[in-house]
Amino acid sequence: MSEQKKNNYPKPKLVPVPSTNIIPERDVDKRPILECRHLGIDFGGLTAVDDFNMAIGRTEIAGLIGPNGAGKTTVFNLLTKVYQPTRGTVMIDGRDTAGKNTIQVSHMGVARTFQNIRLFGNLTVEENVKVGLHEHTKYNAVSGILRLPSYWKKEREAHEKALELLSIFDMQDMADYQAGSLPYGAQRRLEIVRALATKPSLLLLDEPAAGMNPSETAELMNNIRKIRDTFQIAIMLIEHDMNLVMGVCEGICVLNFGKIIAKGTPDDIQANPAVIEAYLGKQKEG
Amino acid sequence: MKKKVNKNSLNGFINYGIVVAAYVVIRAMIGGGMVSNSLQSLLVPACCYVVMAVSLNLTVGILGELSLGHAGFMSLGAFSGIVASIMLQEAIPFIPLRLAASMAIGALAGALGGAIVGVPVLRLQGDYLAIVTLAFGQIIKNIIMVLYVGVDETGIHVAASSDRFVLADDGVAIIKGPMGAVGVTKLASFTAGFILILVTLLVVQNLVSSRAGRAIMALRDNRIAAESVGINVTKYKLMAFVISAALAGAAGALFGLNYSSTVASKFDFNTSILVLVFVVLGGLGSIRGSMIAAALLYVLPELLRSFDIAEYRMLIYAIILILVMLVTNNPTMKTFFGSLLKKSKKKKEGAGA
Amino acid sequence: MSFLNNVITGISLGSIYAIIALGYTMVYGIAKMLNFAHGDVIMVGAYMAFFAMGRFELPAIAGVLLAVVVCTALGIVIERLAYKPLRQAPSLAVLITAIGVSYFLQNGAQILWGAATKTFTPIVNGTLVLVPEQLSISYVAILSVVCCIVVMIGLTLFTTRTKMGKTMRACSEDKAAAQLMGINVDATISMTFAIGSALAAIAGVLMCSAYPVLSPTTGSMPGIRAFTAAVFGGIGSIPGALLGGILLGIIETFGKAYISTDLSDAVVFAVLIIVLLVKPAGLMGKYVPEKV
Repeated sequence: MSEQKKNNYPKPKLVPVPSTNIIPERDVDKRPILECRHLGIDFGGLTAVDDFNMAIGRTEIAGLIGPNGAGKTTVFNLLTKVYQPTRGTVMIDGRDTAGKNTIQVSHMGVARTFQNIRLFGNLTVEENVKVGLHEHTKYNAVSGILRLPSYWKKEREAHEKALELLSIFDMQDMADYQAGSLPYGAQRRLEIVRALATKPSLLLLDEPAAGMNPSETAELMNNIRKIRDTFQIAIMLIEHDMNLVMGVCEGICVLNFGKIIAKGTPDDIQANPAVIEAYLGKQKEG
Repeated sequence: MKKKVNKNSLNGFINYGIVVAAYVVIRAMIGGGMVSNSLQSLLVPACCYVVMAVSLNLTVGILGELSLGHAGFMSLGAFSGIVASIMLQEAIPFIPLRLAASMAIGALAGALGGAIVGVPVLRLQGDYLAIVTLAFGQIIKNIIMVLYVGVDETGIHVAASSDRFVLADDGVAIIKGPMGAVGVTKLASFTAGFILILVTLLVVQNLVSSRAGRAIMALRDNRIAAESVGINVTKYKLMAFVISAALAGAAGALFGLNYSSTVASKFDFNTSILVLVFVVLGGLGSIRGSMIAAALLYVLPELLRSFDIAEYRMLIYAIILILVMLVTNNPTMKTFFGSLLKKSKKKKEGAGA
Repeated sequence: MSFLNNVITGISLGSIYAIIALGYTMVYGIAKMLNFAHGDVIMVGAYMAFFAMGRFELPAIAGVLLAVVVCTALGIVIERLAYKPLRQAPSLAVLITAIGVSYFLQNGAQILWGAATKTFTPIVNGTLVLVPEQLSISYVAILSVVCCIVVMIGLTLFTTRTKMGKTMRACSEDKAAAQLMGINVDATISMTFAIGSALAAIAGVLMCSAYPVLSPTTGSMPGIRAFTAAVFGGIGSIPGALLGGILLGIIETFGKAYISTDLSDAVVFAVLIIVLLVKPAGLMGKYVPEKV
């Protein structure tokens, strides 16, 4: 089933030239959802990310891989403005994010999960999702305190929407559990649901399969595709599990020492000598 | 371990029920002549401290930021409430209404103070934030200590020293610097305190189980994640602070209008700490805990006065405060006491069966 | 001349604040906690010196020594009993515990020694007259400044030159890594509390010599002011504590002289708030954002 689905999508070619990706054919709108140009950041004297160029189509699943400390999470932090870039631009849906903060970027349609899970541990699973729905179930604090009709209406909407979103991962039954008490895998899934609740057009997943067993990883792989198909959004993921990356990503970008060393389809990347060198080290001559 | 969380609304109704029941019982006891005068005089301040504790819990337990200046907002509310009650003497002759108006003005003054504290709050976190709230509490106390306020036929007069404080012959001095507010008409009543507690519960409980409350708790649990889903940190921190300060202001107004005179030093750092003790002992984030802890711990030492324990009161509080923190936060002690609790529960169940 | 007098008063008061602030800053640097009870350790130190000199009529130096020994022990005991079990706890819990310890010391002192204020006998008397009837410096003020300089130089040398000082710095950077390198983190933290408390004892004696009233709450306001100084200078930084202490002493003295005696606290705290707004990590502190 998953194999079939995977073959249904044409694989986009990534060319190592700034923002000239071939957008997937299914994307009616050919403008990329995310476009990074010469993105870079220095911490003190250290250049963590440099000259990062990448574009992602509207319904593309892209992977960001590289050895530990290559700067992958830093890229996510730059995209979500946890760090302000030292150089370069990030365009979301054609709009420049210069001067924007994390909150504004979230409102522009970028959602993310975190490498070290960051849930609202004392809230229930449902409340976690409802916080994600914050921008889409608007009523003011006064109607909340006075329980005006808008409160009841919007809360019911939020409740239904939250359960619907949780059903993606079959988590409706856990709605009333405390998020911090969930098992590890469920916490990771809840983080994804919470991110989806913000109605993103670009979803950033930071090591979604970390700590998962092979069967959970396989399920996650299906779910990532399912999410893309259902919500018609772009997904970018950082992952060390190569089966997952090669199986689900249509375009892959390899980062080493803060620089892109290769871009292309899974097949290209697997055959790329620079990538093999980065992961395994240079082969001794002779 | 999965844990089912109780529905907020049920919990809320139980809290209203406790307050109403307590009011009815105490009223009946007063009617039956079972409550001594000295104990009756504690009812209004006890109500005020309950409101103080619940409102501080909003900042410390729900928002997760330590405030060491909560008494400052109470002070703002007390003195502005006193001034308002005297200014409104002729405009609103009906006492309950004048009291309500004065408390509303006290709440407004508290909210204003909360907003002013809130601005630095937006930039600071953790211990630094705690220190700023402490500093604000001290500044408020300090300023009120040198403030002179009075009314005469030309209107309200405010001065920062006694030399510059000039009133017409028929004028009334309301706040006299270090002497505080004097000649206050006592308007406060137990019923007013009861209503204020209900209003406080309504505001805090409904806030917590609404969109804004979830945003505030999300900030507490994980600020970075909250930002990542688009929660406006500034707005919700400020909201929690201002609401908490407004409630403290209303409590302050009621407190101030319960005595014929009030001095600013009554609302010092010690008062802030006392309220913090109530909140911590009642359980951070637990509104019912704050309520019960405040009521009991305020009234109990007064009841025990005959046992000569007053001297040891703060010492005992200090020890309890340290022990509660150790028991609830040290992993070894937590499991130890947790297993004790389980054992006693099992015993109870066994006995019941 | 009154201006110069104020500068001198400010610097000597500031020196005392700086010595107290060092205790806050060192403990914060290493244990990442605000030791609220530090101010009350000052009070205990002052009482010790008071009893030694007043009741047992020992010489001043013995009084100071007794204060230092008792406070050092007190600091270690407090750390072991109240703070050590909370090493992994959220900072809010630790801060509330510290407030509890502060109240414990204040109220314990009140029960043991009574709430009434006592008159402290200064350890040195007299003033050095520079310009007759216009400019003079009390010997206590000179002693305070000298103590502050000696302490500051001593601590700087200690943290940069000695092995123990280096372990302290290592622990403040990264406790887990320090532990892996074979450093006894618990012992290092205990030592930091010991040093901070010993300094508090010295500061207590100096302060009560300069302002000779002693009561169970003597330590709390200077403690809060000195903490302000530590934050002002950038908490965790030793030169920051010196700078913050001296500046705070001068601001307080000038606030009293030129604005209003009653408002001096308000002025001090207003300055603190403004500094934190402009530089959230203080004048010499470095701001470390949370890692994502």
